[in-house]
Amino acid sequence: MLNFLQRLGLNGLETLTVLGRAGRFWWQALWGLPDWRNGPRLLVRQLYFVGVYSLVIIIVSGIFIGMVLALQGYTVLVRFGADQALGQLVSLALIRELGPVVAALLFAGRAGSALTAEIGLMKATEQLASMEMIGVDPLKRVIRPRLWAGMISMPILAQIFNMVAIWGAVAVGVDWLHVDTGSFWSNMQSAVEFREDVVNGLIKSVVFGAVITWIAVFQGYDAVPTSEGISAATTRTVVYSSLAILGIDFLLTAVMFGVN
Amino acid sequence: MGDLQATTGDNLIEVRDLHFQRGNRLIFDGVDIDIARGKITAIMGPSGTGKTTLLRLIGGQLRPERGTIHLEGNNIPRLNRTELFAVRRKMGMLFQSGALFTDLNVYENVAFPLRVHTQLTEEMIRDLVLIKLQAVGLRGARDLMPSELSGGMARRAALARAIVLDPQLIMYDEPFVGQDPISMGMLVQLIRLLNDSLGLTSIIVSHDVHETASIADYIYVIADGKVVGHGTPEQVMNTDEPRVRQFIRGLPDGPVPFHYPAVNYRDDLLLGA
Repeated sequence: MLNFLQRLGLNGLETLTVLGRAGRFWWQALWGLPDWRNGPRLLVRQLYFVGVYSLVIIIVSGIFIGMVLALQGYTVLVRFGADQALGQLVSLALIRELGPVVAALLFAGRAGSALTAEIGLMKATEQLASMEMIGVDPLKRVIRPRLWAGMISMPILAQIFNMVAIWGAVAVGVDWLHVDTGSFWSNMQSAVEFREDVVNGLIKSVVFGAVITWIAVFQGYDAVPTSEGISAATTRTVVYSSLAILGIDFLLTAVMFGVN
Repeated sequence: MGDLQATTGDNLIEVRDLHFQRGNRLIFDGVDIDIARGKITAIMGPSGTGKTTLLRLIGGQLRPERGTIHLEGNNIPRLNRTELFAVRRKMGMLFQSGALFTDLNVYENVAFPLRVHTQLTEEMIRDLVLIKLQAVGLRGARDLMPSELSGGMARRAALARAIVLDPQLIMYDEPFVGQDPISMGMLVQLIRLLNDSLGLTSIIVSHDVHETASIADYIYVIADGKVVGHGTPEQVMNTDEPRVRQFIRGLPDGPVPFHYPAVNYRDDLLLGA
């Protein structure tokens, strides 16, 4: 019993230490004077790697999710003669929840794991240490542009995801299952509020982007610099960020759309 | 053993009473080392004695539990982050793997310190980079990526990068490991040549006795967290200190035992009967 308590305390302390280290790491990397000479160039490069490389998986998944959503929605709604409400169902589900969450999960798998592996490898091959010895802070030079790139590209990717998913829903619902085009779009327009739905969805994806890249770069930076260490860190990135996305999504939803 | 402590005025670095611990393992237990200005000082010792750790302590990447590391009046463990980055501009370090940035080609790797620390024009950067690359014999390899270089070439390219800002001090972490005889000879010559022609102070961390002894001006031997011997290469080669002797001669058994600690051999065998 005492042993169990001891172990519980030790684990608790270790977890808190890691969290503290991760927090300081994030703070040090993100804030401080911007580097106008190299900053923009490094940021654009990372936006390309983190954002543009994730486009294919985001677009393809978006189309299919929209198609499935429309198909499932239609089969239920048509029983009550409410198939005109399909546009409303699809758009609200996507803009409020599925867009930010699914895009973030895909982003964690595609970009998060790549970030962890890249930074872990830079650590293992002493590139981070040699950068420090040259007198350049790797937190500013390597970590900071990646954190910003994640925060900037995640909301854009989520919006792209929403757009192609709605397009997929139109393809299935309107073109294939013959829901009336006019009522599909007008229902969507009257149901979706800009402030309530679109902005809240955007806020969600900015938060998800920040959390995913934070977890990913910290896991890479903190990885044991061996091949097992890097593979374990990559796994942790995907697991932790997926759980974090789902947990934070619930909290944000409760705050944003909770019953008053 | 020679008495170096008497000549303090000429030292670039003075390490005093250094204690460092990693987890529960004591790495340094009161180490005093002087690095003489303009000379090549070698730190030798068996693997795992913390030779690389010493370089990281001097570079300020690790902080000791106790003791001082003075570089021209700056006590490195006491510096804050900004001061530390300023001091590091006076240091160059050659890492064991070379540690070239894999996303940049050789030219850009060497130009990197110039681009971040100076406001030089592109033409001047080009001249400086080519001068340093010429010194290490890789002017023709400037457009190659690090993945296209052999181990020896990568180390030479990294050497060019380490000296491009003309540091006062250059630290070599195991420069001879995994080198074929030709590139080994080339590196030995380069280290000596760069030290003398650029007026550098060099620290070599190594366990390759003969190569190191052939270029070092002064040698420290570390074992069990302490300096067990120091002196000129001749003095160290001819010492009576048993731990130094075993290391220098490469004897398989001695104060550093051949056998990992175990129970009595006979008892152990009989145990299975």
